[in-house]
This record gives sequence, C-alpha cells and structure tokens, in this order.
Amino acid sequence: MRSNIGFFSDEKFRSIFFQTLVVGLFALGLFFVISTTSYNLEKRNIATGWSFLNNPAGFDISFSPFLEFKSTDTHLKVYFVGVLNTLLVSVTGCIAATLLGFILGIVRLSSNWLLSRLVYIYVEFSRNVPLLLQIILWYSILIQLPRVKQSLQILDVFYISNRGLYSPRPIFESGFSYVLIAIVLALISSFLINRWAKKRQDTTGQQFPIFSSSIGLIFVIPLILFFILGSPMSFEHPEMKGFNFKGGLVIRPEFIAMFLALSIYTAAFISEIVRAGIMSVSKGQREASAAIGLKQTWIMRLIIIPQALRVIVPPLTSQYLNLTKNSSLGIAVGYADLVHGFGGISLNQTGQAIECMAIVMATYLSISLTISFFMNIYNRSIQFKEK
Amino acid sequence: MNEMNEVRKPPVATTGIIGWLRLNLFFNWTNSLITLFVIYCLYQFIPWILDWTIFSADFKYNYLGEQITNQEMCSRNLDPENGGACWAVIYVRFYQFIYGFYPKVEVWRVNVAYVMLALALLPLLYAKLPYRKYFLYFTYIFPVIAYFLLNGGLGFTEVSTNKWGGLLVTLVLGCTGIALAFPIGIMLALGRRSKLPVISMMCTLFIEFIRGVPLITLLFFGMVMLPLFLPEGIDMDGLVRVLVAVTLFQSAYMAEVIRGGLQAIPPGQYEAAKSLGMSYWRMNLLIILPQAIRISIPPIVNTSIGLFKDTTLVIIVGILDLLGIGRGTLADTNWLGLSYEIYFFVSLVFFIFTFGMSRYSLYLEKKLKTGINMGAD
Repeated sequence: MRSNIGFFSDEKFRSIFFQTLVVGLFALGLFFVISTTSYNLEKRNIATGWSFLNNPAGFDISFSPFLEFKSTDTHLKVYFVGVLNTLLVSVTGCIAATLLGFILGIVRLSSNWLLSRLVYIYVEFSRNVPLLLQIILWYSILIQLPRVKQSLQILDVFYISNRGLYSPRPIFESGFSYVLIAIVLALISSFLINRWAKKRQDTTGQQFPIFSSSIGLIFVIPLILFFILGSPMSFEHPEMKGFNFKGGLVIRPEFIAMFLALSIYTAAFISEIVRAGIMSVSKGQREASAAIGLKQTWIMRLIIIPQALRVIVPPLTSQYLNLTKNSSLGIAVGYADLVHGFGGISLNQTGQAIECMAIVMATYLSISLTISFFMNIYNRSIQFKEK
Repeated sequence: MNEMNEVRKPPVATTGIIGWLRLNLFFNWTNSLITLFVIYCLYQFIPWILDWTIFSADFKYNYLGEQITNQEMCSRNLDPENGGACWAVIYVRFYQFIYGFYPKVEVWRVNVAYVMLALALLPLLYAKLPYRKYFLYFTYIFPVIAYFLLNGGLGFTEVSTNKWGGLLVTLVLGCTGIALAFPIGIMLALGRRSKLPVISMMCTLFIEFIRGVPLITLLFFGMVMLPLFLPEGIDMDGLVRVLVAVTLFQSAYMAEVIRGGLQAIPPGQYEAAKSLGMSYWRMNLLIILPQAIRISIPPIVNTSIGLFKDTTLVIIVGILDLLGIGRGTLADTNWLGLSYEIYFFVSLVFFIFTFGMSRYSLYLEKKLKTGINMGAD
C-alpha cells in the first residue's frame, strides 16, 4: 500500500520536510539579521559587548530609596536601582489594587442601589481611559500642589507640596534589632499557634482566640520590649532649609502618581473579577450557611470567599502581571524605573541599544515568570482537593 | 360575599416606587445612612462639576465677551473665583486634535477616509446589514484605498507621516494594528496547536516572549533596534516602525484569544472534517476557524479595546497621537496651565470609543449566549 502513495503525501516525510524548511528559513533570517546588524554597528561606531556596564553613568537619579546613588556610579548600579524601583511600585501597587479591588467588588454587589451604581461608574471610567493618560493626569495634579514654602501640613509632621510628601524618617539605634527579632519570633509562633488551633478545632470543635492572641504576640510583646530597651528609635523630622526641606523621608510625586494611577486602574479590573467570582458561587451556598445560623460576615469569610477565590485567582494573576508591565510607563513622568533609567538614559548615553534592551526585556520576562510561578502555587493550594 | 372575594392589594410599601426605594436604598438603618451619605456627597459634587464644566465654562468667548486666543483671556484666569473650565483651547486647537498637522488643503482626504472607515466597519459590526456581502468587499479593499488616500500616490500629493497626528494617528494605529494582528494571530494560534513540535515550540516561544514584556520595550525595539537590523537604504518611516511593534504585540494577544476559541471546538468537528478527506488547511479554513473565531469575538473585541488604549504609549517614542497633541498644546505658552481641560477632553474621546466597544462586546456576548445558530454565517 505504502509504496503507492507519493512520498510527498507521506505524513511523516511531510512533517520532517516542513519543519526542516521552517528551521532553515529561520536560521537564514537570523544569519541575515546578525550580519546586517554587525555591519551597521561597525559603520555607526557603536561598541558591542557588556563592558559598558562597568562604566560610570554620569547622571543622577532623583528617586532611589534603597541604594545610595551618585553620578559616578556604574550603569550596572543604574540597572539595580531601576529594578528596585520597578519592584517597589509594582509590589505596593499590587497590594493597594487588591485591597481596593476586593472592597469595590464587594460594594458593587451591595444591596444599596446608589452605592453599587457609584462603583459601576468608577469602574467604567477608570477602565476605559488609557492608563498613560491617568498617570499623566495624576502627575499634573500633584505638581500643581502648593510650593514647598506653602506646603500643606498634616499633624505637623507630614508636609505635602509639589516636590512630594515629606515625612519623618525613623532612625534605628542599637538595640532595635532585638525588637525586630521579637517581631519575627512572634510571627513564627503565631503561625504555629494558628496551625495548632485549626487542628484542635478540626478534632475537638473547640475554638481558640487566634486573632487576639496573634495581635498580642505580634504587637504588644515587641512594644513592651521596645520601651524596656529605652525606645531605641528616633525620628528625623524634615526641616525647612533655604528653598527645600532637608532630612526626613521624601516620597516623590512621580512615585505617588505611578502608585495612584496603577492601583486605581488595576483595582477597577480586579473589582470586576471579584464580582464575577462572588457571583459564581451558587445562591444555595449562601442560603445553606444562613440556614445553619452563620452570621453575615462569617458567611462571606468562611463560605463565599474561599469558593470565589478559585475563580478569582487565575485572572487576578494576569492583572498582577499587567500591573508590573504597566509600571514601565513611569518613563512618561520621569519615574526612574528599569525602562526609564537603564533602558532610557543609559541606552542613550552608551548607544548600546541591543544590549540594554535585551537586559530590560530579560528582566521583565523573569519578573513575569516569577509572579506566574508563585501565583500558580497559590492557585493550586486553593483549588478543590479531592479526598 | 363580594367583599370577601375582593382581591386585596399588597401593602403600599412593597410595590411601585416606594417599594423599590425601600428595598434598594432604605432596607435597614445602615443602608439608609449610607444612602443619605452618598446623596449628600453627590449633592456637593454634582453642582460643582456641572458648574465647572458647563455653566461657568468658556466655550469660545470669555465672560467679557472677547474671543479667547490664549490662556490669559480665560475667565478662570481673569476671575479665579467664578471662572470654570476654558474649553476654548479645544475649540482653537480642534483641527490639530483631529488631524494633527495635515495640510489644510488636503484635509478632505482625511475626512473621506473617516467616512469610509465607518462604512467599512458597518458590515463587521452589524450582521443583518442589507447587501452585507458587497459592503464586505469594500471592507477588504478599504486599507488599500486608505493608504493611497492618506499617504499620497495615485495622483494624490504625498503627505509625509510626520504631519499626521491627533485622532488620525490614534485611529490609524488602532485599526491597522487590529487588522494586521488578526491574520497573524490566527497563524500563531494554529502554529501553537500544531502537531509539528518545532513549529509549535517556535510559536509558543514567540507568544510568551511578547506577552512577558511591556509594550513600551517593544516600541523601543521598533524605534532603536529595528533600523540596526535592516540593510542600508531601507529607511523605515517612524509610524511604520511603531506599527510593526504594535502589530507584533497585538498578534500575540490575539493568538491566545483565538487559541481559547480553538480549544472550545469539540474534537468531533476535527474528526468529521478529516473523515471527509479534507486537508489540514481546508479543514481549518472551512470547518474549525469559522466556529472558533465566532465564539472568540467578544474576547477579541476586549483585547482590541486594550490595544486602542495602549496606542497612547507611542507618545513616549515621539509620535503625536491624540494625547501627544494634548501634551504639545500644554507645552505651548499660549495654553499653559490648562491641563485639566485638555486631559478631560482626551479622556472623553477615548472613553467614547472604548466604552462603545465594550458595550458592543457585551451585546455580542448576550447574542452568542442566546443564539444557537452557531456557524450560521
């Protein structure tokens, strides 16, 4: 039989033939691109290789809360400052967006018609206006705040002006590390108590006051220790010197604008996800839990939310990924993140576009993969476990 | 007897407007407090915003009756206590917002293109259009007509793309990106599901790579790296470079959406097509894709909304779309400080487009849920 079919009609042959063809064409294209690129680079006198990472950057970065940055530092340090700033705005944005999104999603389902309409209007407006526009709008509002001289005061310790938010900076003195150790120990022990209490409740039905005991462990004990050690922490208050504040902790308007825009924009999407998740839990679940006499708040916490989470978490993951990628828009307002600092200024100074862009893209890819990895683990832990 | 049989009406408080109010706004005392609080906030906010945007606002003339030509003549700068928004900036710069710096004598070409775009979209949006088939032919040739109309050639004078701007660039980027990404996305989706390991791996890598990096890095790629990859003499237009980046970006997202549709097709469809002796391409073109695309239309519209909003990112690489024109106007000393008016206007334009698209996608979803005529057209 087989000999009757032309060998080109043979599935196995065709599969190998086409794949070889594709690989060949791809390799040819790659060769072409590489050779033209190296020719172009040579002609334009653009250096190649990674040695530029150790050259001094020669520019300043205004916002670098974790690392001290001077203009004599290397491009490699620009990269690390950028990564940290990207992570800072992404992590704080994700937390705020999740909190706001959950609250709004639940409020949207409230029986109060006016309140749920209000949330609906908010969701539609912030979903349908481009994020970049929102970032620029927030920034333009923030820089129209009063000048430093007339800055708004809150409780006499916070100062808000068009240069950002100034707040006292805590200074840790020797002995504070004991308090930190106490907090870590308290966290671990309250986690263990939590597990023990759950096990006991499962077997005996007896409840244990987990919440108050955890609060006591985490807050009260370190606080007592703090005062016993003679309060080993002081605050450095921002002081008006000349035209600007000196000292204290400053949060720049670029960061505030990014944080507000990212969390408000993403919260709108998250609230819709939460709403869909809660609505996916069948009405019978709520009725059944009301029938066995659970309180309203307990119904939400123990019955509805755990089931809704199974629907919520996968799309929530992609919202976190979007927020992290959207944090790259900081370049529009001058927030020194990965794209602005390393992919923008460093690239322009060194001209090594290929290397800089490759590093930036690889970094975003690894951040995305890390988020997906952890969210997948979390997702697996909340799915139905068949016994 | 009669009195006994008379149907008693339900209590007044459970029906009609009063019943609705009680159930939805004043169900219990916390609910009532919330309602009153919200009403109080709205009472404070709505008159203020209406006053600012409409009643105290300048549209063309300020409160002295002079025609406004710069920001100093705005009522809100002459009289900060009473003046509202100064929409005159939109009025004066309206041409730029809609056409960019397109030459005034040639602007009829853009207007014709706008009208033709509406005509080309009509058969795609409305399935029951009479003579839909002929309209669709027009839709297919529209991109070619639009290219010559806007760019020049075939007897039209050439208008270089750096003169384009405003809504024109936003629409060109959005529509071209979506239209080009659609076929590429289909190929990528088919490739990812292919049984040939090399092809499936390459498509998967491409899709995941694009989805893992922000659009702005792809725009930088198009702007700084693409010229390095091409041989000398091929000088790509700035708008084309951005379009390449936007299309690559959108096609990866489109591919994932269409793959979702492909996965929803029951295997029986594939088996039936194969048993009729159809080849891979005939099976996909005639049996699988028409069904898969039909069910993935709502998510396709949703990713398209995303792309339409994301086109604003091109201002970072120096292309003047609607938002870019807005920022440019703000940098002009004549219109300094009118950021709220300008951003409000730009937001409103985007909102109208994207909200319209999202309503349309909801309508489609409802239609698909109720309509059982899968694959009817």
